[in-house]
Amino acid sequence: MSEHNYQPKSKFGKWFNDRLPLLTLANHLTDYPTPKNLNYWWTFGGILTFCLITQIITGLVLAMHYIAHADLAFSSVEHIMRDVNYGWLIRYIHANGASMFFLAVYIHIFRSLFYGSYKAPREIIWILGIMIYLLMMAAAFMGYVLPWGQMSFWGATVITNLFSAIPLVGESITTWLWGGYSVDNPTLTRFFTLHYLIPFLILGLVVLHIWALHVPGNNNPIGIDIKKPSKDTVSFHPYIVVKDLFALLLFLILFAFFVFYSPNVLGHADNYIEANPLVTPAHIVPEWYLLPFYAILRSIPDKLMGVIAMLSAILILAALPWLDTSKIRSAVFRPLYKQFYWILVLDVLILGYVGAMPAEGLYLLIARIGTAYYFAHFLIILPILGKVEKTLPLPMSISEPILGGSLNAEPARSKEDFQKL
Amino acid sequence: MLKFVKYFSLIFFLISSNLVSSAENAEKLLTTDWTFKGPFGKFDRASLQRGYQVYQEVCASCHSLKYMSYRNLSEEGGPEFSVQEAKAIAANFEILDGPNPEGEMFTRPARLSDKFAMPYANEEEAKSANGGAYPPDMSVLVKARKGGADYVYSVLLGYEDPPVGMKLDDGVHYNKYMYGNKIKMPAPLSEGLVEYADGTSATEQQMAKDVVSFLMWTAEPHLEQRHKIGFRAIVYLIILSILVYFSMKKIWSRIETEV
Repeated sequence: MSEHNYQPKSKFGKWFNDRLPLLTLANHLTDYPTPKNLNYWWTFGGILTFCLITQIITGLVLAMHYIAHADLAFSSVEHIMRDVNYGWLIRYIHANGASMFFLAVYIHIFRSLFYGSYKAPREIIWILGIMIYLLMMAAAFMGYVLPWGQMSFWGATVITNLFSAIPLVGESITTWLWGGYSVDNPTLTRFFTLHYLIPFLILGLVVLHIWALHVPGNNNPIGIDIKKPSKDTVSFHPYIVVKDLFALLLFLILFAFFVFYSPNVLGHADNYIEANPLVTPAHIVPEWYLLPFYAILRSIPDKLMGVIAMLSAILILAALPWLDTSKIRSAVFRPLYKQFYWILVLDVLILGYVGAMPAEGLYLLIARIGTAYYFAHFLIILPILGKVEKTLPLPMSISEPILGGSLNAEPARSKEDFQKL
Repeated sequence: MLKFVKYFSLIFFLISSNLVSSAENAEKLLTTDWTFKGPFGKFDRASLQRGYQVYQEVCASCHSLKYMSYRNLSEEGGPEFSVQEAKAIAANFEILDGPNPEGEMFTRPARLSDKFAMPYANEEEAKSANGGAYPPDMSVLVKARKGGADYVYSVLLGYEDPPVGMKLDDGVHYNKYMYGNKIKMPAPLSEGLVEYADGTSATEQQMAKDVVSFLMWTAEPHLEQRHKIGFRAIVYLIILSILVYFSMKKIWSRIETEV
């Protein structure tokens, strides 16, 4: 932000700003030049910030009434639902808010995949995003344990047991995580502590995520580099603010529909049965947003390899900026990538579906093919595609849809191709 | 804009259909004209009051409602007994209290602030009285079963003779809708089992409907308030979105770009 020469008008403002340039920051955030052609898929950044803050605020109120104890957790949740003023509303917002958060983050991630937002010079933004996503999964998993229902307890048992697959030290690590020899009160209290901590870590990462974004500025649907500020950009306020607000309101309508009319449809009925270590539910299923990874985990017959595959499925995303060898960002100009992109979307949806089904017969076969394809997309298709794909000519700028534009980095097209045009 | 909505609903549809299909039950559940379904759903007070009667006369000897208090019976959005009636209901039950200044535990009639009296002193006693099966607490039972109210309703009415060839142990009953089709609870309802004060004829279907409505209320005591607030919230959001949409159009009209 060194390019800012903002001077506050008031004397006090100047005095303050010389000591702590908060006003310069505010000015930067308002004036921040944003590509004017951002479509609605770009509104999910703002929606996600809203989701995080909603989760933190509702979570704070819930924590005032919740009791993290194996004997009391379940009934304290019922106390919130029955006797705390609007406790049902706060809890349903928090529980459905987690699902809405993941819905938004998946759209946000797949938007980035489509428009190549992870590519240079935005790799750090992308990796910070993956870290946020990982922490979100940890927070969501631990949050699901807190009501201490059957699915809480058995989900916690299944997931923490994964660590026992680590050779030599696995068993000790699991015992250490549990704080005992099974999921029990010590597990619950530490999960509660961590569940309270993680959102603030996420908040910190979000600040870094946005900071890193404000260095190169937003990518855009055409994926070309643009001059900032210029005819191609608008100031963040009021243009992007009002557009984000409109999209947020539409998102809130969907959110409200879940909270008020189907608050339990995204959860699992078994979680309204108090945890019982002696009774295992018929199917132990994670929340919907973790299902694709659950399918990957179960598709591998060996436990350790399954855990490795599941973790790699997420971590491979961090290497994506280097696995995708194409210099062209937007799928709009990559006819082949566009098709593979939609196949990947379908693949993840299918993995999610089979993740909810029993791991047997045809479902298992589909899960295996889906898993293999998932990795092939990143490890084989993307590296090769960047080298062989004939991309379409890029426009010069957003305002002038004249072909022949280029990126700072050399585009994958050769000079001769441009001459032919 | 339209494209955005289209994609958004597509993704949403895929997720929800995934969930719905995974929640499907093998046997199609029975249903009835529940008054609490839908965005304007409300409880039928008379049905909840009858449902309470069925619970008290039929279920309560084995099934607890440990998260319910007698005061709830007179609260808004429930059966809405008058406070006097709720007090009278509570006074029928003996509650263990104490210790008194002498250090003795004692029993006294229940008050509005007390939780519903428990049928058994503890889980072990409940099991031993029921052939080893624990009659689950019914406070959130409707939410704790896939299929919700329909499922509980179906189980209540799903007692049949077992199919030929199926051998059942002593004290196990066949139920068409119960998971695994085996249930330790004998058929709880039979024609005319209770006598409704309001003259409604106590058919099995009627009693099942009333008691399941009552259990829906115990599981979601704020359902009516939720529906009411939800409607207002969504109307508010839609109006606000329309206003913001036109503000956005106005602001963006300065730029030669469509939003």
